[in-house]
Amino acid sequence: MSVQTITPLSERRSARADRARERARQRTLILGGGKLPRVAAMSALVVMAAVWLVPMLWALATSFKTEQDAVSLPLSLVPESGFTLEQYRSLFAAGDVQLWMFNSLLVAVLVTVFTLAVSAPAAFAMSRMAFRGRAALIALTVAAIVVPPQLLIVPLFEQMVAMNLVDTYAAVILPQLVMPIIVFILKRFFDAVPRELDDAARIDGASYWRLFATVILPLSRPILAAASIFVFITAWNNYLWPFIATTDPALMTLPVGIPNVLNSYGSFYAAQMASSMVAAAPMVAVFLLFQRHIVRSVATTGLGGQ
Amino acid sequence: MSAPATAAARPASPESPPCAAGGARGPLRRAADSGWAFLVPFVAVYAAFLVWPLLNGLWMSFTDSTLNGGGGDFVGVANYAEALGDPLVWKTLGNTAFFTLITTVPLVLVALAMAVLVHAGLPGQWLWRLSFFLPFLLPVATVALVWKYLYVGDFGLLNQALGALGSEGLGWLTDENVAMWSIAATTVWWTVGFNFLLYLAALQSIPDHLYEAATLDGAGAWARLRFVTVPQLRNTTGVVLLLQVLASLKVFDQIYLLTMGGPGDSTRSLLLYVYDVGFTGYRFGYSAAVSYIFLAIVVAVAVAQLWFASSRRRA
Repeated sequence: MSVQTITPLSERRSARADRARERARQRTLILGGGKLPRVAAMSALVVMAAVWLVPMLWALATSFKTEQDAVSLPLSLVPESGFTLEQYRSLFAAGDVQLWMFNSLLVAVLVTVFTLAVSAPAAFAMSRMAFRGRAALIALTVAAIVVPPQLLIVPLFEQMVAMNLVDTYAAVILPQLVMPIIVFILKRFFDAVPRELDDAARIDGASYWRLFATVILPLSRPILAAASIFVFITAWNNYLWPFIATTDPALMTLPVGIPNVLNSYGSFYAAQMASSMVAAAPMVAVFLLFQRHIVRSVATTGLGGQ
Repeated sequence: MSAPATAAARPASPESPPCAAGGARGPLRRAADSGWAFLVPFVAVYAAFLVWPLLNGLWMSFTDSTLNGGGGDFVGVANYAEALGDPLVWKTLGNTAFFTLITTVPLVLVALAMAVLVHAGLPGQWLWRLSFFLPFLLPVATVALVWKYLYVGDFGLLNQALGALGSEGLGWLTDENVAMWSIAATTVWWTVGFNFLLYLAALQSIPDHLYEAATLDGAGAWARLRFVTVPQLRNTTGVVLLLQVLASLKVFDQIYLLTMGGPGDSTRSLLLYVYDVGFTGYRFGYSAAVSYIFLAIVVAVAVAQLWFASSRRRA
């Protein structure tokens, strides 16, 4: 995104007023002018938002309590002996969490980069070039979308054993590069880029590689960003495969490492909530920073991680 | 398949047909033959990590191979015959179907309700979007730990709240009759935000004049919802349903972390059983056979849904 130029305060204020007017218009359009539908809708929103927020807020509060306060009855949001950073201090002192966070970041970034590097040229070839077997390859790619990767855990694990890759980053990363839906989405986007642009580049004598790199890719920035965000979230939150491919705690990702270690501790709720919050923090931060992009990514790619 | 994007999200279709690739002409004809050069990394990765494991798994399902590399002798269809007579296969299949049913319905209806309410343009847009969508971004470890803590019998927030209302606490994850519902509730809380966003995007593409016309015809807020909004969202609902059913059938993570399939086998899903048989029972061959039965079901469901969707579109 380009840097926004600074607009005068008055203009910004009028832009905000425009947005408010637009919302008011929409409100009338959907709910009508009456008071009752408006109050009913607002109450429903408040109740639902409360139900959706309470679990996280409760966990967040508990993560700042001592273990005694976490289990003292009656429960209260504000602990008797005050909030404390104790849980976070001991969590980071143990050191595992930083390591897992690094692993998660490394895996998610590499999966994102490699998935796009593999998928984008293939999608371009399927969209623009003539080659033997093109129709069959497209059909197979689309069919592959139905195959749940979770069903391949048994043969994939055996393959990793045979390739001597168990407990390596490669074992965690390589099988995650298979995302036929990304190829499909990119191909569909490339299909919609007007051919006149290709023709212009071709008349100038550009090769397919130049056409791809200098015309198609720059035009596809929005869809590439959307696809990257989607792949990144999927890889960051992926549980089953990293869980199977790693037994060495030093190679675990955050979602795998945290429950693995906590299960061996028993019920220390405050400590558990602190690790849960640490595991959630990077994604929440990314979301707050890139909210609009993430929302658009989900809306345009139309896919979910789980 | 999977027609994944909403109609609204589709980039504007150009005049030229999508398949003008044959149009490589003149001096570029030779370059066109090098299409495979763009495909080498793709073909290599997909051959190694999709096609090969698919074929290898199919072969394994006809053998008695084990996790520790033993066995591997061809046993014909013995694994499949055993699976069809295995009460746990049927039980976990039933659990999976039940889970799919009790999550898909609220995941569509609640998401729709959220999107319609947020789209109504009431104040607090930022807060609503944040609260409904944020859980979707949480890793399953966080989701499972937070909800396990809410569900705990003695110190859990839910049982304490029930107690305050004068009612007896529930064995949220320890009662065979309740555990699957608890997992479903957690799943809805976790993933509904995604469907909510899909519906919200679709709502924004409904033209205003439909609402204006309905208002002129005397339709109230409720009638506008029923006769304008819901019908306009039909395509999105189809997409959401398809993705949701396929996602719910594959449930593993949250069940494994919340109950490990218990109490008894009351929350064991088919995929959990595949994992148990293969990685704790060490029976890779049998596990592969159960996987392939499951794959057949998933493909059948996907094809049935697509067929249903396309026949409705033609009608």
